[in-house]
Amino acid sequence: MYGYLARRILATLPVLGIVAIVVFAILHLSPGDPAALIAGDHATPQQIAEVRSKLGLDRPLYEQFAVWLGSLASGDLGVSIFSNQPVTRLLAQRMEPTISLTITTTIVMVLLAVPIGVIAAWRADTWIDHAVMTLAVLGFSLPIFVVAYLLIYGLAMTWDFFPVQGYAPLRDGVGAWANHLVLPSLTLGLSFMALIARITRASMLEVLSQDYIRTARSKGLGPRQLLIDHALANAAVPIVTIIGVGVALLLGGVVVTESVFAIPGIGRLVVDAILTRDYPVIQGVLLIFSGVYVVLNLIIDLFYVVLDPRIRY
Amino acid sequence: MTDALQQVPLAGQAGVLSPPQRGLLRRYPMVVLGALVFAVILLITLAAPWLASQDPQEIDPIARLRPPSAEHLLGTDALGRDVWSRTIYGGRISLMVGLVVGLLASALGLTIGLVSGYSRVADAIVMRVMDGLMSIPAILLAIALMSVTRASIFTVIIAITVVEIPRVVRLVRSVVLTLREQTYVEAAVIAGTRPARIVFKHILPNTLAPLIVQTTYICAAAMLVESILSFLGAGTPPEVPSWGNIMAEGRTFFQIAPWLILSPGLLLGATVLAVNLVGDGLRGALDPRIARRM
Repeated sequence: MYGYLARRILATLPVLGIVAIVVFAILHLSPGDPAALIAGDHATPQQIAEVRSKLGLDRPLYEQFAVWLGSLASGDLGVSIFSNQPVTRLLAQRMEPTISLTITTTIVMVLLAVPIGVIAAWRADTWIDHAVMTLAVLGFSLPIFVVAYLLIYGLAMTWDFFPVQGYAPLRDGVGAWANHLVLPSLTLGLSFMALIARITRASMLEVLSQDYIRTARSKGLGPRQLLIDHALANAAVPIVTIIGVGVALLLGGVVVTESVFAIPGIGRLVVDAILTRDYPVIQGVLLIFSGVYVVLNLIIDLFYVVLDPRIRY
Repeated sequence: MTDALQQVPLAGQAGVLSPPQRGLLRRYPMVVLGALVFAVILLITLAAPWLASQDPQEIDPIARLRPPSAEHLLGTDALGRDVWSRTIYGGRISLMVGLVVGLLASALGLTIGLVSGYSRVADAIVMRVMDGLMSIPAILLAIALMSVTRASIFTVIIAITVVEIPRVVRLVRSVVLTLREQTYVEAAVIAGTRPARIVFKHILPNTLAPLIVQTTYICAAAMLVESILSFLGAGTPPEVPSWGNIMAEGRTFFQIAPWLILSPGLLLGATVLAVNLVGDGLRGALDPRIARRM
C-alpha cells in the first residue's frame, strides 16, 4: 500500500507540470501581443515596448518559462500589474472567505444530496423518485447566478431573512459569519447537489438489491435502520468519492458565487483581474485552484483505499 | 460531472432485458419531453424576427425599466429596450454556442481520443496534457482563455471547446481501450486488417453511442458556461444580446427589475434542463444496463 501511495503522489507531479505549462502558454502563445494587452488599448508603441522589457517578454520563450518556473518553485507568483502587490499576498488576503464558502457549501451540498439520493433509491421508479431527481437536475441546469438571484429574491428581499451581499470575517463572530454564508452556500449546494444525489441513488440501488438487505428486511427492520445502518453504510465508498469530485467542481462555481454575493475571496480577485487584465494574478489563481484540484483528487484516490478494504494495490 | 457519472456504472453487473416494444413516449417520456421543449425554444429563437415586438436594439429612453405588460411582454431594460425581443434574439446566440461547441468538441475529442486509444506513444503524451487541462476548473480556464483574446462569439466558442475537449477524449479513449481487447478486434488484427480500417470500421462505430450522449451534455454545459462568461464580463461582446449579456446588464437593477435576469435565466435553465433530459434519456436508451442504475 505504501508503494501505491508513493506512486500515486509521484503521479501528480507531471500533471502539475502540465498545468504550469498550460497556464504559461495561455498568455504567451495566445494570438496577439501580451505586452500590448497588458499595456492597454490606448498605449503608445513606446509604452508597449517598456512593458515588454520590464516583464522580460522580449526574451526567448524557453528562457521566460525557465525564469517563471524558477520563481514558482521558490513560492513567488509574481507581482500584480494593477496593485503592484505580490500575488501571493493578494491570495493570502483572499483565502479565508473562499475556504469558508467551500466548506459550508460542502456541508450544505451533502445534507441536501444524500437524503435526496436515499429517498429516490428507496422509492425508486415512483413519482417521488422522478420528482426529487428532476429537482436535482434542475439545480444543475440553471446558471449558478440565476439560482443565486432566485434565492436572494425569495429569501433575502421578500422576507429579509439573510443579508443580500457581503461577507463577515470569522473573527468578528460566528453568527454573522454563518449568516452571510447561508445564501451563497445554498446557491452552490443547489447547483452541485445533482451529481452527489445521482451517485447516492445509484449506489443505494445497487446495495438495496443485495441478499443481506432482504435478510434484514425479513428480520423486520424498519426503513430507517435498513436504509441508514445497512444500506447507506455499504454504499458509502462511491458517495464519499463523488463528494470529493463535487468539491473539486465547486471551485469553478465559487468564482461566480463570490461575484454575485460580493464576497471578497479568490474568485472575486480573479474576476477583477480579468477586467484589469492583471495576468500575474490570473495565472496565480489558476495555479492555486488547479493545485487544490490535483491534491483533492489525490485525497479521493487515497480515501478509496482506506474506505474499501477490498481494494488493494 | 458527466465523466464521473460514466465511470461509476462500469462496475455494474445488472443485465436487464430490453424493454418490450412500446410507444416512444411511454418508453422514453423524458427524452420526448426534453426534445419537445428544446424544439419549441429553438423554433421561437429562429422565428425571432416575426415574434419580436420591436427591434432588440431599439432604445426608448422614456420607457425604462418598465415591468412586464401587454406592450412589453417581459418588460424593458435600463435603456428602454424590449426584454422579450432581446431574449428571443439572444437565444440564437446561446443555442448556437451550445450546438457549435457540442459538435466541435465532439469531433476534435473523437479524433484525439481514437489516436490516443490506439497509439501507446501518443497516449502517454496526450493523456497527461488532458489531465493537466482538466485540473484547471472549467470556468477559470475559459475565463483565462478569454482574457487573452479580443472578445467575440468566435473566441467564446473556441475557449469553451478547449475546455470541453478533454472530457470527450477521456470518454472515447476509455471506450477504445475496452474495444481493443475484444475478440472481434483481435480477430481483425490477426486477419491482417490495416490499423486504419480497424479504427474506422470496427472501433469508431462503437464509440458513437456514448459520444452522442456526451455531446448533449457538452451542449448543455457550453450554454451555461457562455452565460457565466458573459455575466462575468469575459464573454460575448456586450453589444450582442446573448442571454448572459442581458442578465449581466440586469445585475445592477435586480432589486427593482428582477425580470431582466429572471426571464433569460429561466429560459436558459429550461433549455439546459431539456438538453440534459435528452442526454439522460439517450443514455438510458443506448445503454439500458446503466439506465437502470442511474
